[in-house]
Amino acid sequence: MRFDLRGLAVSAVLLLLIAVAGAVSLSSGKFPIPPADVMRALLGGADENIRMVVTEWRLPRLLLACLLGGALGLSGAIFQSLTRNPLGSPDIIGFSAGSYTGALIVILLFSGGYYQTAGGALAGGIATAACVYLLAYRRGAQGFRLIVIGIGMSAMLGAFNAWMVRQADLPAAMSAAIWGAGSLNGLSFEQVFPVVAMLVFITPILGALSRPLRQLELGDDAARTSGINATRLRLMLMILGVALTALATAAAGPISFISLAAPQIARRVTRKAGVDLIPSALMGALLLAVADWVAQHAFGVQLPVGVMTVSIGGFYFLWLLIREARR
Amino acid sequence: MIADARGHAHADAAGNAVPTRPVKIRPTGHGGARRSRAWRLALLGLAAATLVFLCLASLLLGARHVALPTVVDALFSYDATSAEHIIIRDYRLPRTLLALLCGAAFGVSGALIQAATRNPLADPGILGVNAGAAFFVTLAVGMFGVHAIESYLWFALAGAISVTLLVYAAASQGRDGATPLRLVLSGVALSAVLGGIASSVMLLDPQTFDALRSWSIGSVAGRGMAVVRAVAPFIICGLVLALGMARPLDALALGDDLSRSLGADVIRTRFLVVIAVTLLSGAATAAAGPIGFVGLMVPHAVRWFSGPDQRRIIAYTLLCAPSLLLLADIVGRLVLFPSELEVGIVTAFIGAPVLILLARRTKARGL
Repeated sequence: MRFDLRGLAVSAVLLLLIAVAGAVSLSSGKFPIPPADVMRALLGGADENIRMVVTEWRLPRLLLACLLGGALGLSGAIFQSLTRNPLGSPDIIGFSAGSYTGALIVILLFSGGYYQTAGGALAGGIATAACVYLLAYRRGAQGFRLIVIGIGMSAMLGAFNAWMVRQADLPAAMSAAIWGAGSLNGLSFEQVFPVVAMLVFITPILGALSRPLRQLELGDDAARTSGINATRLRLMLMILGVALTALATAAAGPISFISLAAPQIARRVTRKAGVDLIPSALMGALLLAVADWVAQHAFGVQLPVGVMTVSIGGFYFLWLLIREARR
Repeated sequence: MIADARGHAHADAAGNAVPTRPVKIRPTGHGGARRSRAWRLALLGLAAATLVFLCLASLLLGARHVALPTVVDALFSYDATSAEHIIIRDYRLPRTLLALLCGAAFGVSGALIQAATRNPLADPGILGVNAGAAFFVTLAVGMFGVHAIESYLWFALAGAISVTLLVYAAASQGRDGATPLRLVLSGVALSAVLGGIASSVMLLDPQTFDALRSWSIGSVAGRGMAVVRAVAPFIICGLVLALGMARPLDALALGDDLSRSLGADVIRTRFLVVIAVTLLSGAATAAAGPIGFVGLMVPHAVRWFSGPDQRRIIAYTLLCAPSLLLLADIVGRLVLFPSELEVGIVTAFIGAPVLILLARRTKARGL
């Protein structure tokens, strides 16, 4: 494989930007802390109060933003590569709507806590994604069919979700709707560890499949000539992509558009023909960290981060359409 | 299905070349035409009869059973002291009329968009027109404290036209113009964005949230005559305009270049279609909320027996779409009896499987 200097440089710059965003996010808030103290607190020094604010309140949230953003970026990269379409993402194949349905059932019918909600979201999202895949399957699951069937399933589940929210009493409906927007509010280290464990499990498998993925981008026939079982590989990659989105959704609710925008922005910056996994993950981490900072501090009230990502992501989406077309 | 008549290869959003099939021009032999004319008249009669039957059923059925003679009395010799008369006059009559108007509006605007964009997957829901109307209404409720459904109207119209133009502009950039996939994706994208911003407006204020969470599902229940009177002129104008567009749209089905060479004014046709779609979708969304899929399903189903003539498609849609919405509304009243399911949920549960079937049946290149 050719040594990819530009990709490496881009990744380094992205890491640097994530560090800067992290430093800003750790030092700002109701109780501003100068960066030097943040540094000291992270290394175990500094005043006890400062250490508590930095490492126990702000750090887990930042870590989750980076990890989940990275997971979403990876997931988006996989789906865009599979559907060979810059607009493919697990959002579009109905995963988010399904996980919201699962979470709504848990929150509104069983008034479940954080972990039950996460479980419900996982079950709902995976069941929906499996349904969409099976419905789109006809001698292989083709990109376009996946997208349209995903739109249909999302619409149906969306109607059901709206009905559930309408049935519930106002406070429960509001909290369910906030979960549905995707939010990192009130998360602590307790929620970081399962995420890390899952990522440690998933990323090596993905690393092993990244070369065949590149070959699959050339088309099923071309991939087949180099000895790849296209249908099986696509299924495996799709499972990994869904697992990554499922992880993020279970932890923080359906945060939209990161998985869509991150791989494309990364692609523009690295000037690669295809979607690249590592820059996509880093871009996702950066985007979510910045979006979460804006959601926390820009409006006076703490908004769910999903509200930020949907607005930013959407304008990006339109720009993408216009640009793609102009070429 | 209307394919691109030019038969050139053109590209989808990923830039892959997609060959399109040339359109089949049906021979209009006299024997076939004569035989099918009686058949078509019979179908038209059947559609009209179904519509009348469903209107009656909509007046009769509901949480409280009202006998047919009482319904007739309530309509023609109204007695303000009778509870049953009040139910019919103030509740079921406006509901039925609204289902008629909104069904026709969503259905015909779907037929218009499908014809004007030559896109079988087009629908005011999928292309984001309803989402645009809903978005402006959400802003009106959240920011300006508008509360009566009658006053949603102008906001919904403004939202519908801005989003129609925006989606079309975003999708038609570049050489290939607005290909079906690009239109669908930009519509879905814009809907997602507007939906997200709308939901943040709703989350900031519990009152707005409460006011909009049932409207945003789509329902014709509990609206009152004032709402019917407010939206009826707009919808009727839109329908008249739509009927007038049928012939120019037939020319457009041949492709832009060919229809231009036949003397059709493509720009003017598209402009008038946008106006009609805005009037229809905007007014219907203001009254009933964003109801999807009626505009997708009905013109599709109608084309099975109407053939490609837009006049027939629009006429049949005008009869069948209100039937569908009435039927969905009646089903919604009965499934959870004595509680009710909103019509928007019923149409989504009927419509989404239709979309899925369409996607399974047709090859991507056919779209």
